Amino acid sequence: MRMSRHQSRRTWAARLVVILPYAWLAAFFLAPFLIVLKISASQTALAQPPYLPVFDLAAGWQGVKDFFAALSPDNYRLLISDTLYLGSYLRSLTIAVFSTLLLLLAGFPIAYALARMPRRWQSVLVVLVILPFWTSFLIRVYAWMNILQREGLLNQALLALGIIDEPLAWLASDTAIYIGIVYSYLPFMVLPIYATLEKLDQSLLEAAADLGCPPWKAFWLITVPLALPGVAAGALLCFIPITGEFVIPDLLGGSEQLMIGQVLWTEFFSNRDWPAASAVAVVLLCLLIVPVVIYQQMQLRALEENR
Amino acid sequence: MRKGASWFNIAAIGLGLAFLYLPIAILVIYSFNASRLVTVWAGWSTRWYAELLRDEAMLDAAWTSLRVALLSATVATVLGTLAALSLVRMGRFRGRLLFSAMIYAPLILPEVITGLSLLLLFVAVAIDRGFWTIVIAHTTLTMGFVTVIVQARLMGFDRSIEEAAMDLGAPPVKTFFAITLPLIAPAVAAGWMLAFTLSLDDLVIASFTTGPGATTLPIRIYSEVRLGVKPQINAICTIMIAVVALAVIAASLLSKLREARTAMPVPGAV
Repeated sequence: MRMSRHQSRRTWAARLVVILPYAWLAAFFLAPFLIVLKISASQTALAQPPYLPVFDLAAGWQGVKDFFAALSPDNYRLLISDTLYLGSYLRSLTIAVFSTLLLLLAGFPIAYALARMPRRWQSVLVVLVILPFWTSFLIRVYAWMNILQREGLLNQALLALGIIDEPLAWLASDTAIYIGIVYSYLPFMVLPIYATLEKLDQSLLEAAADLGCPPWKAFWLITVPLALPGVAAGALLCFIPITGEFVIPDLLGGSEQLMIGQVLWTEFFSNRDWPAASAVAVVLLCLLIVPVVIYQQMQLRALEENR
Repeated sequence: MRKGASWFNIAAIGLGLAFLYLPIAILVIYSFNASRLVTVWAGWSTRWYAELLRDEAMLDAAWTSLRVALLSATVATVLGTLAALSLVRMGRFRGRLLFSAMIYAPLILPEVITGLSLLLLFVAVAIDRGFWTIVIAHTTLTMGFVTVIVQARLMGFDRSIEEAAMDLGAPPVKTFFAITLPLIAPAVAAGWMLAFTLSLDDLVIASFTTGPGATTLPIRIYSEVRLGVKPQINAICTIMIAVVALAVIAASLLSKLREARTAMPVPGAV
C-alpha cells in the first residue's frame, strides 16, 4: 500500500521534472525556429506584422491552402543573386576561421603554461582568466574603443615611442575586429584546452624522457595529440558564435563591409524587412548546424566518460 | 601534467593576463578623469559619477536590467536545475536527444538568431513586447548554462546518502529537498549567478525582444557608445565591473567557508 503510493507519487514528480523544462524549451526555443522558417518564405508587407501571409484560422481549410500557396522561395533567391549577402557570409566565415586560428595561437601557450604551474597557483590563475568573462561583453568591447580611437592610448604610445609619425586609424578596421574578437573569446579557448592538459597523465611524458625522447618531440608526439579534444572544443566554442557576431564588428569595424550578423540586424531594424532577415538567419543556421552538432556530440561523449 | 613552469610559460601567462586586464584597467582609470575629453588626462575627479546619478534614463535602464536579471535568473535556475536532474537521473526518456540539443544549442548559437526567432514568436502569438518578453528570452538563453553547471555537480556526488534516505522511507520529493538540494546548492548558486550576469550583460537578444518602455542598461549604453567614447559611460562601466568583481570575490569566499564546513559531518543531519 505505502509502496504503491510512493511509486505513483514518484512518477508524477518525475514526469514534472522532465516536462517543465522540456515544455519551456519547446515553446521558446523550438517553436520560434519553425516560425522563422515560415516567415523566411513570406513577403514583406506594409502591415502589422510587416509580412504576408498570416495564418487566417477563420477561413478554415481554404485559409490553410491559401497560406501555403502564398509561401515562396523569393527571399532565398534574393540571397543568392545579391552579392552583398554572399560577400557577408564569406566575410563572416573568413573572419571566424582566422580569428579562431589567432585564438588558438594565443590560447594554447596560456593553457599549457597554466597546466604546468604549481597546483596551488593554478586555481587562482584560472579564476583570473575566467573573471573578465563575468564582466559585460559590451563593456569589454567598449574598453577597446577607448584604446583604439584616433586620440587613444595606442596611438599616443606609438607616437611617444617614435614608431609612427602621425596617428593611425585603428578603429573601423579589420584589425580592430580581430583584436576585439581575440580579446572577448580568449577565455573560451583557454579553458577547454587547460581542462584536457590538466588531466594529462604525467607518466607518459616521464616514460618518453626515460626512453631518450627530447622534450620538444614528446610535446609533439604526446601533449599535442592528447590535447586535441580540448583544442576542438575551444575552436568550436569560438568559431560558432564568432560567425554570427554583431557587437564587435558593429562597434570596432568599418561600415563598408558587413558581417552577416550586422546584415541581419540592419535588415530587421533599419529596413524592417522581416522576411529577408529570417532568410538570412535560416541560411546562417544551416551553415552552423554541422559545427553545432559536432560540438554537442563532443559534449555528450565527455559527459558519458565522466560517468 | 609535469609541473615546473619555464620562463616561457610564465611569460605566456603574464602577457595573457596583461592583455585581459589592461583594457579594463584603462577604462576604470579614465572614468576618474576630470577632463571631458576622454583622451586628455586632467587629474582625478568623481564628477562623472555625480553626473551619472542625475541621468534619469540611465538609472531607469539600470533598474529595469536588475529586475529582468533577478527574475529571469531565478526562473532559469529552477528550470535549468530540473533539466539537469532529467538528464542525469531520468535515464533514457523519449525525446532525450532533442531535449539535450535544445539545452546546449542556445549556449553557442549566435545571439542574432535566438533573438530574431524569439521576437517572431512573440509577434506571431501577439504578446505585447516589453519587460516580460525580455524576461522570457533571458530565461531561455540562460537556463542551459545553469543545467551544465548543475549537471556536473550531480554526476560528481555520492548517491548512497540519497539511497539511504529512500531506504529509510523518505519519499523522493522529500529526499530531493532534504539531501540532494543541499548537496548541489553551490552549483545551483553558481548557476544563478552566471544566469544573472549573462542577463545583465545581454544586448542583442534584449534589443530584439524589447518593446516600448523597457530599455535595459546594455541597450542604453549601446545607444550612447555608438556615438563614441564618453566619460559617463566609462563611469557606469566601472560601477558594473566593481559589482561583478565584488560578487565573484564574495562567492569564492563563501565557497571556501562551505568547504571548511563540509569537512565536518553532513550538513542538515541531526
